[in-house]
Amino acid sequence: MPTPIAELPAYQGSVPDPSSSDVLRVDAEALTCWLVLFLRDECIRRRGMDKAIVGVSGGIDSAVTAYLCARAFGPENTFAFFLPYKLSSPESLEHGRMVTDALGCHARTIEITEMVDAYLAKYEIEASPTRIGNLCARWRTAILFDQSAKLRGLPIGTGNKTERLFGYFTWHADDAPPINPLGDLFKTQVRQLAAYLEVPEPIRTKPPTADLVRGQTDEGDLGVAYEVADRILYYLVQGWRAESLVRWGFDARAVEVVRNRVAATHWKRRLPTVAIVSETAIGEFYLRPVDY
Amino acid sequence: MAWTAAVVQIAPQKANVSANLERIGEAILRCAAEGADLVVFPEAALTGYFLEGGVIEVALSCEELGRRLATVAGTLPKPVDVILGYYEARDGLVYNSATHFALEPGSAQPIHTHRKYFLPTYGVFDEERFVARGTEIRAYDSRFGRMATLICEDVWHSITPMIAALKGAQTIVTIAASPARGFQESKPRSLQTYHRILQGMAEEHGVWALLSMLVGFEGGKGFTGGSLVVDPFGEVAGEGPVGEEHILYARIEPEAVLVARQQAPLLADLAGVLEDIIQELQSSEDELCPPR
Repeated sequence: MPTPIAELPAYQGSVPDPSSSDVLRVDAEALTCWLVLFLRDECIRRRGMDKAIVGVSGGIDSAVTAYLCARAFGPENTFAFFLPYKLSSPESLEHGRMVTDALGCHARTIEITEMVDAYLAKYEIEASPTRIGNLCARWRTAILFDQSAKLRGLPIGTGNKTERLFGYFTWHADDAPPINPLGDLFKTQVRQLAAYLEVPEPIRTKPPTADLVRGQTDEGDLGVAYEVADRILYYLVQGWRAESLVRWGFDARAVEVVRNRVAATHWKRRLPTVAIVSETAIGEFYLRPVDY
Repeated sequence: MAWTAAVVQIAPQKANVSANLERIGEAILRCAAEGADLVVFPEAALTGYFLEGGVIEVALSCEELGRRLATVAGTLPKPVDVILGYYEARDGLVYNSATHFALEPGSAQPIHTHRKYFLPTYGVFDEERFVARGTEIRAYDSRFGRMATLICEDVWHSITPMIAALKGAQTIVTIAASPARGFQESKPRSLQTYHRILQGMAEEHGVWALLSMLVGFEGGKGFTGGSLVVDPFGEVAGEGPVGEEHILYARIEPEAVLVARQQAPLLADLAGVLEDIIQELQSSEDELCPPR
């Protein structure tokens, strides 16, 4: 007797699952090897520089970047800088030191409070926390580039893809370093790398923060948890429609928040807009790649 | 008679034709000294792949490339054939080409040039904006028997190697420059696709399939490497490492084509119904999607 059709085993093909981060899974070992190749190729082969300059904030992104640099160039060629402002949490500095102690790389602290406050006290006493945060970010970038010139090392970017897509960074500051190993990795993928690289546990498990105001967290600012945001971004940036995500079961409010953040910040991911008046406008008609 | 292929994966210096030719010449000499009969270099090995408008500044004619190859490989111990990818200037146009040269001490005779038929112009790729499309898919005779040379996206369309095989190719050499994407597993997903394509092509048509892959990073885009040699049964005969410069040697036994096609006469079956297929396509032009 053949098996009745009603009793045949049936396979349910995979459909996007809003509760699963499987689509964001990476082979952390292979990815680490690749990013180390990237750092060596961009710095040593292309630019003839074998030193890395990294601003270490105490957060997971800069920690992973420092770990990758130590693998690519050796701890002796990795220069970490702690650049605290008076409002920075002492815990951030402590976590930054955990990174440099574990790696055995160079570490230096340069307080930015006096330089930032000199401007604020004299000219802008009423500046908002956001403006102060942007000022701090720009001062930190200025210092890292100056240290780059002094040490003949390349500043290495630490921004991840989620932040970049959200525009959650200071324009021409956090995004300024000429190369960035993490910029195409979602936050949750950076976390996988951090676990593989054995970044100290307190850094991996604390809530991400821009460290501008006590108690502030990225996820509080953004209005959505990274894990949820990344799953949504994964589909949206491929071209799936927001309505489809909601149909699959993603939270409609979260999808809306994520989509609006991305839609409002395309300008932050581009160079400044130039008035085009010729047939040889740079980057519009005159097209040469960055490494040409 | 069996012969030896050397499949080279190298990282060129961007747009530096002289420096790259010098290294290519060194590689030819080394491979010839180690017994290679055919040395295959990747797509755009002479300049790097992403050149945008820079292609017109570095494109060479086939004849000029032959003259310069003859010079750098002037001390050859024995005749050796070379397949090399470069941007070719011809008849006032620039092509993404692969030329098969027969080298003897002091001379480099071009015996076939393939101009890339499918130019990727989507996502990270922008080829059709800068180079002209080739219009021929040919097989040609060489001292290794009948061959065909294809470039990169050419083999992502199964019809291209099919035409080459129908025209008599028993060895299909593919050269490519493939930026790595997808790190869910130890091998980048884009490279896994290439390997699947090569194995499918070799098994379906009973051909030796050789794949030479570029390595190195260009503006953050890292080429995979992972060159491959597949026998006419679809089995991997040799594989290069991911992301690193390497020379892959493979012994090519032409008789394997005969045996494989005897076991699975798919190509003969296809040839037998080719007229029906052509008629079918012609009679259903209205139904083609997208419409022509």
